Amino acid sequence: MMDHALALLAGLFIAVAIYLLLSRSLIRMLLGLVLLGNGINLMILAGGRLSRIVPPIVLGDAVAPAADAANPLPQALILTAIVIGFAMFSFLLVLSWRAYHRLDADNTDHMRVAEPPGRPDPPMSY
Amino acid sequence: MGGMQQSAIFAVDWLVVLPVVVALATSALLVVGQNARDLQWGGALLGVLAIVVVDAMLLWRVVELGPVAMTMGNWLPPFGISFTVDIVGAAFALVAAVVTLLLLVYIRHDIPEHAREQGAYPLILLLLSGVSGAFLTGDLFNLYVWFEVMLISSFGLMALGGRDIQLDATVKYGFLNFLATAFFLLALGLLYGLVGTLNMADIAGVAATADPVALAGIGALLLLAFGMKAAAFPVNAWLPASYHAPPPAISALLAGLLTKVGVYALLRSLAMLMPGARDMLDPVIAVVAIGTLVVGPLGAIAETNLRRALGFLLIGGIGATMAGLALGNLGGLAGSVSYTLHAMLTITALYMLAGLIEAMTGATDTRQMGGLYGAASLPSVLFFGLMLAVAGVPPFLGFWPKLLLIDGGFARWGFGADPWALALWLAVLVNALLSLIAGARLWAHIFWRTGHEGAPAESPTADLLPLSPQARRLGLAPTVVLAAIVLALGLFPELLLGFAREGAEGLLDPARYVAATGLAEAAP
Repeated sequence: MMDHALALLAGLFIAVAIYLLLSRSLIRMLLGLVLLGNGINLMILAGGRLSRIVPPIVLGDAVAPAADAANPLPQALILTAIVIGFAMFSFLLVLSWRAYHRLDADNTDHMRVAEPPGRPDPPMSY
Repeated sequence: MGGMQQSAIFAVDWLVVLPVVVALATSALLVVGQNARDLQWGGALLGVLAIVVVDAMLLWRVVELGPVAMTMGNWLPPFGISFTVDIVGAAFALVAAVVTLLLLVYIRHDIPEHAREQGAYPLILLLLSGVSGAFLTGDLFNLYVWFEVMLISSFGLMALGGRDIQLDATVKYGFLNFLATAFFLLALGLLYGLVGTLNMADIAGVAATADPVALAGIGALLLLAFGMKAAAFPVNAWLPASYHAPPPAISALLAGLLTKVGVYALLRSLAMLMPGARDMLDPVIAVVAIGTLVVGPLGAIAETNLRRALGFLLIGGIGATMAGLALGNLGGLAGSVSYTLHAMLTITALYMLAGLIEAMTGATDTRQMGGLYGAASLPSVLFFGLMLAVAGVPPFLGFWPKLLLIDGGFARWGFGADPWALALWLAVLVNALLSLIAGARLWAHIFWRTGHEGAPAESPTADLLPLSPQARRLGLAPTVVLAAIVLALGLFPELLLGFAREGAEGLLDPARYVAATGLAEAAP
């Protein structure tokens, strides 16, 4: 039951993220990337299967955690992904801010320095 | 005997991770020694040289004894993170390190001192650690981490110096490539939910028993993610929008290494880990490959900015590697592997030459170039040869992978009822022809015609600048070395093709790869 709710939530996150990513404004796209990352993280959590709270800790003389213990691996994966995603987000935020100042544009349609519009046709010789 | 074997494996274990360890350690040392400016270049050079040596030893070891694996922290696979190296990974890592070494020499004359002081060398080493890690790892989540390492250092390199054009290019490059890795992570999450493991050797074993339709969906997501990284049609627009913006040495490095990691990941994941998904996606991959093969050189014909045109030729080459994946048989995969190795060397050499051409003409657009043939005969010969190599004219290096692809295409088609094989076969030929036209046009415009557009008739080449002695020593020399490697490998292709064939066999039948991690007994 919980799995289904989480799957729906992840789907909602990713849908909103895609909507934001289709925008031309850099800030909206950035927010879209953050939401996408969070949606994916929720999905990884669901992919590891949810269970009632039995911590995956090996107690006493046992050599393995209890059979119904929670799966710790998705949390390790998500932690890594959160850290990486946050670093990328910070970089892209600073980059967008600088691009906004230098190019005077936060609309990707107006960022044409690298690909200037309206160039003449290629030479017809040879 | 058991003890000896144990210690022998131990020594080899270190070889498996050493390229990444040396790259990361050198990068960290260079950051610490940021103020010792005189030592930065030498230190970076020494580090990459060590990586080349270690990669060569690793390749030799893998050729001699088959795939090797090391699992971190004494956790048994599939629980620990494994580094698993087969011949494809080792050969790719070695070529990447060689290319980086030559570019480190080249960068000295190409990038102004103040830009290099902003951390160019640590970032290059970090990029190489990401690339090597991606080639050597045996764990899909670890591959994702190396992708991100590679990505963040390439962001830094592309924005280094911070000119307007670079900021613009980095925004597009950054957003789209970050999105691609997000898709990769999405596919990873689904794959983990489906098969419960992310160790490549383990996946290769259990993928056959998983739900084939769900696996094909994950394969499609991986195709999108890695296709974006590799700049395959129709998600290739970010490459010509960004690769011409940074200084030539940096674009040569990015063009030589990054897209190839995408190709490698595609080969590894679709051809080796989930061949069932690849079979189901066969028509999709074929359409992508054909589109990439045709769009690349057509873009290069229409483009006038030199490095943007080279970017389109690079995309055409990605099409050839995708064609091999689409064929999916021994010839196709061997063609893919050898083409990727060829493209790393040849495309990097072309971008390096482009930097020299831009220095001599003071322009980035081919409309403002011309008449270089008389002024600089050596670069003109090099450019001509490398263009033939890209198009795949014998005896240059590009010919042999395309021959393998043609051979693989024919083996699958065989006058039978397989339209995709025939279409791929034809597309490879069309790509060769179009690339030849694009290359010949570039050469004619830059070198052969008397002067640039609107040049004075009496002295059309008066405004050409000769290469400075420093540019000859540090810029032309590594380009010549790289071109010589391309020529030598083209004249004596047995070595490279042998690696490619053995690597493709390993991709088609990963039994030895799996056995190396200890997840299955080696076949007697």
